[in-house]
Amino acid sequence: MEFEIDGHIVFANTGGRDFDPSLPTILFVHGAGNDHSVWQMPARYFAYHGRSSLAVDLPGHGRSGGKAPATVEAMVDWLQRVVEAFSFGELSIAGHSMGALVALAAAARMPDKVKSLGLLGIATKIGVHPELLAAARRNDRLAIDLITTWGFSPESQVGGNLVPGVWMTGGGTQLLERIPDGVLWNDLAACDVYEDAPSMARQVTCPTLVLLGSRDLMTPQKGGHALAADIADARTVVLEGCGHMMLVERPNETLDALRDVL
Amino acid sequence: MVEPKLPKFDTLSLHAGQQPDPVTGARAVPIYQSTSYVFPDTEFAASLFNLERAGHIYSRISNPTNSVLEERLAALEGGIGTVVTASGQAALHLGIATLMGAGGHIVSSASIYGGSHNIFTHTFPRFGIETSFVDPRDPDAFSAAIRPETRLIFGETLGNPGLEIMNLPVISKIAHEAGIPVMIDNTFATPYLFRPFEHGADIIMHSVTKFLGGHDIAIGGALIDSGGFDWEGSGKFTTLTEPYAGYHGLDFAEEFGPAAFIMRARAEGLRDFGACMSPANAFYLLQGVETLPVRMTRHMENTRKIVAFLDNHDDVGSVSYPELAGHPDHELAGEILPKGCGAVFSFEIHGGRDVGRGFIERLKLFSHLANVGDAKSLVIHPASTTHQQMEAAALTAAGIGEGLVRLSVGLEDSDDLVEDLDQALRSAVRAAKPRRAE
Repeated sequence: MEFEIDGHIVFANTGGRDFDPSLPTILFVHGAGNDHSVWQMPARYFAYHGRSSLAVDLPGHGRSGGKAPATVEAMVDWLQRVVEAFSFGELSIAGHSMGALVALAAAARMPDKVKSLGLLGIATKIGVHPELLAAARRNDRLAIDLITTWGFSPESQVGGNLVPGVWMTGGGTQLLERIPDGVLWNDLAACDVYEDAPSMARQVTCPTLVLLGSRDLMTPQKGGHALAADIADARTVVLEGCGHMMLVERPNETLDALRDVL
Repeated sequence: MVEPKLPKFDTLSLHAGQQPDPVTGARAVPIYQSTSYVFPDTEFAASLFNLERAGHIYSRISNPTNSVLEERLAALEGGIGTVVTASGQAALHLGIATLMGAGGHIVSSASIYGGSHNIFTHTFPRFGIETSFVDPRDPDAFSAAIRPETRLIFGETLGNPGLEIMNLPVISKIAHEAGIPVMIDNTFATPYLFRPFEHGADIIMHSVTKFLGGHDIAIGGALIDSGGFDWEGSGKFTTLTEPYAGYHGLDFAEEFGPAAFIMRARAEGLRDFGACMSPANAFYLLQGVETLPVRMTRHMENTRKIVAFLDNHDDVGSVSYPELAGHPDHELAGEILPKGCGAVFSFEIHGGRDVGRGFIERLKLFSHLANVGDAKSLVIHPASTTHQQMEAAALTAAGIGEGLVRLSVGLEDSDDLVEDLDQALRSAVRAAKPRRAE
């Protein structure tokens, strides 16, 4: 579906069913350089199990118009305007990586509205290697290859996808190749300078899933555990052998973990 | 300086798509000779059917052994995903049926496998899909043949049997400017010699039976998606961008993003047309793919020796191989096929059809049969076999003369192959000469 925020079209996938804001709603927020399609299975699952799914494309990403927000704070501002645009009966937010930082801060900012939270591939700080940042700024293919190297576990780089016939790293690469020049760098730079995850975590009161991959090099699980320790009602799940791209690498276990908390 | 550390081609040939079996520890890919898969509960089953979870349901749609081959081929071609099929022809049909219905139009290279020519010329028109054939060496001809209803540009990396080389970067640009994808049959080159996605193609099909398998024991095909074509932006592919009633209004491009095409090919194409690969065949074909890099290296070494031998043979009129300076695509081959132009090529023998027939019948090591890409060397007369159903004009357009002989060079000792060719040539020419009066 499409709607308008700040004069720009916002695209959101609703999991194959018409959006009904009177139902308990889950807002899904993608990570750096990605779009709504990373949430395909959870969005579809929850839409067919009594919820409304709203997997948004952040501004400047996927099918949404506008310019990509330059900071995590600006992304949270935008997400708050999305929440305010609808009269959600009940709201949960799930985010992956950069999207998890946004979801975390949104839950801290709107404690009366957000009933539960799902944080996938998150840490107290999502630092980005300076050479990755530099490559992304040059729109150099190296940036995509480095993200693929560090984003998928060594096992997943070899394959064995639960989704029949789909090559995991090929899918990840194509998603990053689709974004306009400059957006990946924008997102990575926004993550790199963001320092407020711990303080946001301390303000979150709703039940929260912190889902981590034991082989995640982008957000190592040590940082995820530290963040979870700051959240009053956190449930931490570690996917053994999984990298940063748990929605692709472990789709069924990720859905199970989300289902238990959201 | 940091560098990406992703598995390379030879490693992917052996490992892509497979994790050692978690229960038994089996290193080889097991043959999952099972039609169906037990669901842990009814809710899980419903979620699988509704594409909310990942897994296997029924082997017509997917199978764990087939999935390993699918991932492996996608990895080797640099694509996003694969559907393996009962044959190469099934892959061709699946690709086209996923893209278009009645009223669709294809612009195809004229120099393609005879079976592909047949389905375009005689079969698809019965279902309302028309094809225009153009010279693969003429990018302007592709451009001129595109109509408002055109939905695909099709060609082979190496034309059959003349090894005409399409200028894929140029033709892909023409197609994309018209909002149309390009499908390439990469059977002859394999991803070891040429990766069409790196030159602008959007979809690849293979007869996996040939060099990928390499052993002449199993039939199979593959349809591979680059994930790079912008279906939504094109606006010409309603099968991918409009709600599909056959899946409760599923919009494939919206939900699956880059994987829209390959997901529809499986969800609709294997479900409804059912031209699936058997898991036993997937296992056999995986054995071949494991050794693809080493086999292709040897195929190329042997081919180059035989091409040089024939090119200098008194009884041979012409040899059609792009690495030879006289081939029309010699320069382009050097640019886009630097590792070689495959192990299938054709040549004309002095003396026409009778000498050609005599030559084939006198060969001892080369097997006379209708296949290419085997580890064993093969020979055939295209005009009377693989391209027999083509009209005379189409044969001429495809460069298939009466005296043309096609070889598929195998992995035997090249000295033995040269000796076999030499004895058969000399003997066939000698036999065709009028007897001198005693």
